[in-house]
Amino acid sequence: MSSFMSASIGRKFFMSITGLFLISFLIIHLTLNLFLTFDDSGTLFNLAAHFMATNPFIRIMEPLLSLGFVIHIIWSGWITLENMRARPQKYEYGDQQLSWWAPSKNMFILGSMVLIFLVIHLTNFYLKMKFTGDPLLSSVNIDGTEMHNAYALVSSLFMNKGYGLLYIAGGILVGLHISHGFWSAFQTIGFSNQVWLKRLKAVAVTVGIVFAVGFSYIPIYFMIKF
Amino acid sequence: MADIILNKIYVKVWRQNSPKAKGRFETYQVENVSQGSSFLEMIDILNDKLILEGKDPIAFDHDCREGICGMCSMYINGHAHGPDTEVTTCQLHMRKFHEGQTIVVEPWRAAAFPVIKDVMVDRSAFEKIQQAGGYVSVNTGGVPDGNVILIGQDDAEEAMDAAACIGCGACVATCKNSSAMLFVAAKVSQFAKLPQGKVEAKKRAKAMVAKMDELGFGSCTNTGGCELACPKSISIAHIARLNREYLSAKLSD
Ligand code: HEM
Ligand code: SF4
Ligand code: FES
Repeated sequence: MSSFMSASIGRKFFMSITGLFLISFLIIHLTLNLFLTFDDSGTLFNLAAHFMATNPFIRIMEPLLSLGFVIHIIWSGWITLENMRARPQKYEYGDQQLSWWAPSKNMFILGSMVLIFLVIHLTNFYLKMKFTGDPLLSSVNIDGTEMHNAYALVSSLFMNKGYGLLYIAGGILVGLHISHGFWSAFQTIGFSNQVWLKRLKAVAVTVGIVFAVGFSYIPIYFMIKF
Repeated sequence: MADIILNKIYVKVWRQNSPKAKGRFETYQVENVSQGSSFLEMIDILNDKLILEGKDPIAFDHDCREGICGMCSMYINGHAHGPDTEVTTCQLHMRKFHEGQTIVVEPWRAAAFPVIKDVMVDRSAFEKIQQAGGYVSVNTGGVPDGNVILIGQDDAEEAMDAAACIGCGACVATCKNSSAMLFVAAKVSQFAKLPQGKVEAKKRAKAMVAKMDELGFGSCTNTGGCELACPKSISIAHIARLNREYLSAKLSD
């Protein structure tokens, strides 16, 4: 097993599995966030947030998700470092085969920018909801159940132009990361061939666009509406 | 149609006296080059000039000069094997360049391919990977009658496509991680689809990947530059097969 852990394909295997896990989390996250735009009273979103905070399955998944992030991030640094060591001297003329902005060439940079966004994002929402609390989070009563008014906190942040723009940038960055990462993850675990390669690449770009547009839509909705 | 003559071009090339020596770029002027001549012929003309001037000619690898031996390794203007597609350096022609152009020529850059001299690199790491498992060593008996072992057309085609790899190293040179995955994938794939190769498939995938890692090649991030640079258009779909072969071999350990 240890030889598998340190082998090139073994290391990539962990990137792929954690990456796909993170994508499945993002799908749920985006769906829930879109509830913000369906119901301006906030009831729908508060119910969803309450469900996420109390459902036992989600409670189990939360530490797993953190673990997934930690493995993905540590492994990505490890792989990137080893790969830089394999090319000690760069080309004078650079690499003209793929354009400089191609996501596939910039996964570590894109990932790192997503990570910066993630830290800001977590301090703004997760930290307040779970630990420090916030005056905006005063509880609401929906159908007899007391819960956090998560909608008040979230919508106030989205109405802030600066935060809105940051959120849009985060959405685009993660979309770019996934426009390569999605098909790459299947390639890594061997689920691809001449035919599926083309299909997976098309799906990857679509998923990337859905994430970028989906996450950007929420702050845009709040900025225009309120 | 008469060939166009390039009156003057400039070649900015990596010069390095020995593996340990510090290298540098030198720019040379080359005159009266027919666009019909090949890139290596242009280098020959330049070397003749250097020899007449009492200078050290540029050392470079070449053998067949017809795109089958895989020796000619030059990284030209940011492209392995130059700006043309599906050709090796020896098949590249000067019609891809224009009057007055400066052409930058660099050796393959990879920790696993150390420079021997100038743009000549040591690609014996590929041989070591091959020796680790790129063969069939089971006794397959005498020559069987034709069509005794039936192989589907698709399988035969895919095996042949993989077998087109000439081991030139352009994939390693292009990959930002200097990964040898396309080469190893081709060498594993050419056997994986055939009954003679299947017997040792698990052993082969594990041994070749272990050797590749040991020799200091990077790991594949599915960037995809390799298949674009490959003179034989080996598809990265073969890398998916290598991943599959390797993972299933490891799972059944
Ligand atoms: C929600 C966030 C994220 C998602 C959904 C995600 C998803 C993915 C996926 C699916 C892959 C492809 C795996 C493969 O090729 O097998 C990948 C690769 C990668 N990720 Fe992420 N990722 C996220 C965050 C991050 C972060 C925070 C970093 C680092 C700081 C990062 C760095 C990388 C790198 C460097 C690769 C390429 C590794 C390789 O190809 O070997 N990612 N990511
Ligand atoms: S896979 Fe293509 S680029 Fe790589 S060694 Fe073989 S022929 Fe050359
Ligand atoms: S010299 Fe043989 S392939 Fe170019």
